Amino acid sequence: MNNSIRVNCTKKNLKTIRDFVTEYLHALSLTDILMNQIVLAVDEICANLIIHANHEDPKKHIVLTISQAKDMLQFKISDEGLAFERANYKEPDIEENIRLGKKGGVGIALVNRIMDKVEFQSDGSQNTCILHKKIK
Amino acid sequence: MPMKITNEIKDNTIIMTLDGELDASSSVMLDEELSDPEIMEYSKILVDCKNLHYISSAGLGVFISHLQRFEDAQIKLIFYNMQDKVRNVFEILGLDLLMTIVSDYEEARSIANE
Repeated sequence: MNNSIRVNCTKKNLKTIRDFVTEYLHALSLTDILMNQIVLAVDEICANLIIHANHEDPKKHIVLTISQAKDMLQFKISDEGLAFERANYKEPDIEENIRLGKKGGVGIALVNRIMDKVEFQSDGSQNTCILHKKIK
Repeated sequence: MPMKITNEIKDNTIIMTLDGELDASSSVMLDEELSDPEIMEYSKILVDCKNLHYISSAGLGVFISHLQRFEDAQIKLIFYNMQDKVRNVFEILGLDLLMTIVSDYEEARSIANE
């Protein structure tokens, strides 16, 4: 089965990525809720890369590769945009977001809560985010 | 499938039906809908989520960003018919405790009229 997809940085491609992940996971017979959580976590990372790291530049690309070792799923998402600065990341205070009418800033919190491990690597030109999820 | 939003007006209530997937791309449309000044003329917004198959942080963010404004204007925002997998996303962030999510239209109606 094809386990890798490359798309250019437009928000319309988020649906393409979700469909790709859904199709890959289909054979694993996950519950609806777990399947949706995994698709969501990948979507959140890709949305951040497309919008913030690459400013929706259609000439730029992101690559997603899915692999599985026993009961551990791994999602590797690479791009060549601005690296995510984990040191500057702060967990959102949802009640404060509501008070301030803030729209963004809850995506990475979802990813952190859904995935078992979230890694960000950068070697200068290429950035890679690796998501790990135990499925059994 | 693009997002489809349909509004039905009943007296002082807007019944907003969401059909499709709310992601970083389609949530812009929801934001425009909720930013419409005309919406402030109603006292209740009931959101039918039966055909909402997906929501990402961008979709949640749109609701989060309008919540205080609606509360200040004493507009009740009530979600109903939500699929379990969608409700689960609200729960991961604890939003189910900060927003009103009920099982069906009858319950939404009765809470709206309290």
